[in-house]
Amino acid sequence: MRIDVMKTYKLFINGQFPRSESGRVYELSDSKGKFLANPAHGSRKDLRDCVVAARAAFSGWNSATAYNRGQILYRIAEIMEGRSEQFVAEIVAQEGVTPAIAKKQVAEAIDTWVWYAGWTDKISVLNGSTNPVAGPYYNFTIPEALGVVAIFANGKPSLLNLVNGLAPVIASGNTAILMASEKFPLSAITLAEALATSDLPAGVINIITGKTEELVSWAGSHMDIDAIDASGLTSKQLKQAQELGAENLKRIHSFDGKASPLRITSFMESKTVWHPVGI
Amino acid sequence: MIDLKAIEGITNGSEDSLKQYLRALPPVDQVGVEARTAVLATRSIKNASKNWAIDLAIRMVDLTTLEGGDTPGKIKTLAAKAVRPDATDPTVPSVGAICVYNDMVKIARSQLDALGGQHVPVAAVSTAFPSGRASIEVKITDTKDAIAAGAAEIDMVIDRGAFLSGQIGKVYEEIKIIRDVCGDKAHLKVILETGELVTLDNVRKASYLAMLAGADFIKTSTGKISPAATSPVVFVMLEAVRDFYMISGQRIGVKPAGGIRTTKDAIKQLVLVNEVAGPKWLDPSLFRIGASALLNDFLMQRMKMRDGYYSSPNYVTLD
Repeated sequence: MRIDVMKTYKLFINGQFPRSESGRVYELSDSKGKFLANPAHGSRKDLRDCVVAARAAFSGWNSATAYNRGQILYRIAEIMEGRSEQFVAEIVAQEGVTPAIAKKQVAEAIDTWVWYAGWTDKISVLNGSTNPVAGPYYNFTIPEALGVVAIFANGKPSLLNLVNGLAPVIASGNTAILMASEKFPLSAITLAEALATSDLPAGVINIITGKTEELVSWAGSHMDIDAIDASGLTSKQLKQAQELGAENLKRIHSFDGKASPLRITSFMESKTVWHPVGI
Repeated sequence: MIDLKAIEGITNGSEDSLKQYLRALPPVDQVGVEARTAVLATRSIKNASKNWAIDLAIRMVDLTTLEGGDTPGKIKTLAAKAVRPDATDPTVPSVGAICVYNDMVKIARSQLDALGGQHVPVAAVSTAFPSGRASIEVKITDTKDAIAAGAAEIDMVIDRGAFLSGQIGKVYEEIKIIRDVCGDKAHLKVILETGELVTLDNVRKASYLAMLAGADFIKTSTGKISPAATSPVVFVMLEAVRDFYMISGQRIGVKPAGGIRTTKDAIKQLVLVNEVAGPKWLDPSLFRIGASALLNDFLMQRMKMRDGYYSSPNYVTLD
């Protein structure tokens, strides 16, 4: 007879796994209503720490070459592959689907991650341009990363939604704060374990678990968050995020569950350069 | 300026008597100091006190730029920021002083005066800062030069090489000479460079040595060496000024510098001041914080306390 060694579910901030600063946890049930886990109930200060870490990581990640970012994203997919069984087991417990369906979701999530890894050095070709202007200038437009992006990727399929939220945001050089789904946070926590053992620099992705209701108001009003992926929010929460985010003109976008390069370009801004000819 | 008469009689200024005096100082209980500072660091500060502490700490900041790449333009910007740290909020007080290299003192002074910052003094780092490796003649000239340019505070470095090799008299004499050069025209802050002194016992001895030689302030570090203003070091220095007040009736100031980057760090320092030296030292005339990036963090914290949500570096000026 052996006593199981149970896992403490923690946050993922700046490459480390701290407990919530508040010490709080909340009770999580599986699809049948049975106790499943005690994830951390993240506080406003935890979110602040995430933003500080993400902001500090931005310049390094953004100035890494697109090729290098692509390599690191691919490496993350490799590590996720090694953890597929854990992902499958958690999806089965959380979402109440069959193992076969869960397995399919994990495979699709990893493939989607690899797909985004390929986009890192192609997105500026797709979205940049040289522009015809009536004057002695070369004029060209290049897309650049926005900065710190908060991502709400709630709902089912939990892992695939996470991938579709995170990968496009960091592919272009943004850093991210993922607000894990309140109901299905285990996929996010396990993803954090994969991220920590890949080559992703600390702070590029930070993951916070807790109550979506609270996280929306904190993230919406934080002046150092540049954009929000609101795909996982209800229309009421979306409206709240938009109202709060108006203060610093956050870009707030929602997407359907499909992978798309639009998810990358939505979190970029265009820089246009006028370069004189003949000098 | 401190009254040197009051401390005459403690030593006669000879190397032997100084050594004897410093040797008789009780050794620092390092583990005890670390434990005490760790406890004080956990003290919770409520919002009203925090508001008060932030404004006090802003008034204590020696806004500093000490880089090879300093330009007159940068000094002018710094001066403007010293007078009105937040251009959008006139309730933010001016900082305690601005701290620059010698050749920038004139520019800093004239810019401060032009902007209505007559109440903000200019501090100059002097005596071959940061290493202190120059002859005493050069150090004297350096200091005179800064005072002539309008510096009201002189931050001098001690000769750490001499201190560590036991030439206590040499260190003492140098401070005394610079003290005389400053006269009543400039405040003298003596930089101990605690990162190079190795032990807390040395920090205590150097603190006493500087105070006996006539320092108005003792300052932890140049900011060029790490570790700089750690809590145990500041703790020992605060104890030294408190005990020195008991002996001489003179209140000497303390200035931690280097490595204090967040409001949280600064408030921890203020807690130390209050608990170790006493509330009398919670004043810009007796406690200063040497910093550059810290001021922006104060401003962001102030905005957060005012608006109720976290601000961003986008809303404060670049240094």
